[in-house]
Amino acid sequence: MVSNDLLSVPAGCGAEVLALHVDGAMRRRLLDLGVTPGARVDCLFAAPSGDPVAYLIRGAVVALRNADAARISVGGAAPWA
Amino acid sequence: MGLTALSTGRGHDGGLALRPDAGQKVIALAGNPNVGKSTVFNALTGLRRHTGNWSGKTVSGALGSYVYRGKTYTLADIPGAYSLFTMSAEEEAARDFLCFGGPDAVVVVCDATCLERNLDLVLQLTELTPRVIVAVNLMDEAARKAIAVDVDALSRALGVPAVALAATEGRGLADLQEAIRTLPASPPPPRRVLYPAAVEQAAAPLAAALAAVLPSGQNARWLALRMLEENESLLAAARKAFGFDFAADARVAAALAAARRRLADAGYTVAALRDASVAALYAAAEDVCRHAVRQRPGPDRAQLKADRFLTRRGVSALTMLSLLAVVFFITIKGANVLSDGLFALLAAVGDVFSRLLTLIGAPPRLHELLIGGVWRVLAWVVSVMLPPMAVFFPLFTLLEDLGYLPRAAFCLDDPFRRCGACGKQALTMCMGFGCNAAGVTGCRIIDSPRERLIAVLTNSFVPCNGRFPLFIALLAVFSPGGTFVSALALTGVILLGALLTFGVSWLLSKTLLRGEASSLTLELPPFRRPQIGKVIVRSLLDRTVFVLGRAVTAAAPAGLIIWLAANVSVGGGTLLSAVTAALDPVGRLLGMDGVILAAFLLGIPANEIVLPLMLMAYAASGSLETVAGTAALRAILLRSGWTLRTAVCVMLFSLAHWPCATTLMTVKKETGSVKWTLAAFLIPTAAGAALCALVAFLWP
Repeated sequence: MVSNDLLSVPAGCGAEVLALHVDGAMRRRLLDLGVTPGARVDCLFAAPSGDPVAYLIRGAVVALRNADAARISVGGAAPWA
Repeated sequence: MGLTALSTGRGHDGGLALRPDAGQKVIALAGNPNVGKSTVFNALTGLRRHTGNWSGKTVSGALGSYVYRGKTYTLADIPGAYSLFTMSAEEEAARDFLCFGGPDAVVVVCDATCLERNLDLVLQLTELTPRVIVAVNLMDEAARKAIAVDVDALSRALGVPAVALAATEGRGLADLQEAIRTLPASPPPPRRVLYPAAVEQAAAPLAAALAAVLPSGQNARWLALRMLEENESLLAAARKAFGFDFAADARVAAALAAARRRLADAGYTVAALRDASVAALYAAAEDVCRHAVRQRPGPDRAQLKADRFLTRRGVSALTMLSLLAVVFFITIKGANVLSDGLFALLAAVGDVFSRLLTLIGAPPRLHELLIGGVWRVLAWVVSVMLPPMAVFFPLFTLLEDLGYLPRAAFCLDDPFRRCGACGKQALTMCMGFGCNAAGVTGCRIIDSPRERLIAVLTNSFVPCNGRFPLFIALLAVFSPGGTFVSALALTGVILLGALLTFGVSWLLSKTLLRGEASSLTLELPPFRRPQIGKVIVRSLLDRTVFVLGRAVTAAAPAGLIIWLAANVSVGGGTLLSAVTAALDPVGRLLGMDGVILAAFLLGIPANEIVLPLMLMAYAASGSLETVAGTAALRAILLRSGWTLRTAVCVMLFSLAHWPCATTLMTVKKETGSVKWTLAAFLIPTAAGAALCALVAFLWP
């Protein structure tokens, strides 16, 4: 599977989380929100400035800043069916 | 935390002080943010408790009780939390209560539309205690999205009772009450979250050693795992709760060291162990959902369409501003009608009082003091300040219930980030519309301490309910156009407040609170149809009762002081004229006068009374035949030398000056620091004084 970061996944596409390159409280927060390796994350829409971006994570819509999304590596990005 | 009674400075921070009568069951209500926990709480207890549609609304616990089948249950609504193990100050309070507060049962309210995510918390809790009941709420919303949750299968998979709820419609509440009633004192063990074999083998001997020293009923395996994860804040809370340091016990210490060696040998660092434990929880959650949930994957297309439209460049800013302008337009229109009616009513009641006093032969001085002092200020507060709130709050609450506010925070995160702050500050600003003290408490939803402090210090740049009726009243007198122009002008005032917020946040990030913006996770709950009837009734009743209470407690004594000051002679003049004359030079420098400054100073207990106090002081220096209506307001102000410039400066100073006493005390409580409380006083005051002096200088 080609690895990439979540930030590179465009709106309308989903991908599988491979690893989190985030430490400390934010790592635990992301994990508790369901951003765990193997989880599917869909990119929904961006704020007017392009940052932050809203993602669909385990049924909930959660906004992440681009700096954080760039530290989540994902694979198998593909458009929604 | 929304904009009604509990968030207005009255009991906005109850905390959780549980002292139920003996024999009463204590039920903790837990759950992720925005799953309708407060709706369940309200429905069960009947306590009027505002529920909002944004993450982390419950910024402190609330208590209520209900009677079911002759037994009384105490219900503790604890702050929403995603996990027992995350770090925000708000969630730690929730965690400590759940872990060590000793509730008889924990009801975990879940969102049926994203059950898997909610099960993370459920499984963390069933790992701790078997006395858990899962309440799957929003079943109606899930059904609309074609998501089917089988609560019986859920209950079997989790090993704890599960009930289906649609709390806004009142469905399933009886089932929940019955499940709470029939929960056995020691239920069968729930589903066990299985960790990798190496972790289980390392934890078992430590758990055995802990079991020997812990008070009975405490879960040793759970604590052993947390010790291995080195969850320091949780362990500190555990030490405090148990009253001794269990890690200091020789056998526990030896077992801990052995367990750590075993884990290290198996290749587990603390970080890897923490990851493994969330992975284990989510693996279990996924497995449970395979048994209990049927749904089509992917986003909700209708919601997505709305969101994509509202977050378009241009559309988002226009939507925000036009929503504000429309809300203000309706507020001003509606307030005028209400205000005239109240003026007439209160004038009539004042007449009756006056006649009664004459009838019982009250001395003229007392008569004048009660009617000219106390009653007049009360009448002003009620008839000028109450109507805008009575219209504004239901409207704003509708926006809140609709789910619009988190979208605004989403769109505003970028400018906040550029100022080194957090987008959730937009939510705390919205709370500030209700009450700045509530806004300050609400800042707990911001994770980073630095960004939280920025939000605390800048919250009073949002005019609270005690202040914006002043804008409306002054705009009615001085605005060149009609209601529409006034609404636009008021939107401009709020915009200026927002600009000040951004500017000061940026400045703080560069100076006193130096730093870069950190991470953000902001949940955007789905748009929901507001419960219009409930919203109107609840916010109207709550506001009305609250404002009347505050009017009596703050305005009456202040009216008394002003009247006395206007009638006590010192030197050649009255005490009032001496004080206002002393303040006059500073007032003039700021484009105002001594009376206005005195009113702002006397208004520290509550901003509601600033304008009435000004009018009292002006009226006291001359005879006043009428005190009713915009015409009278205009007459008093113009006679007292006001111009458009005075009105502009008063509005600017009202927008930016010291926060009220309640807010300052809340800042002290939240920051624990006199220094930051002083900063919260000085920063807006300096900003307002600078703006006023600038206007006074440029506009001779």
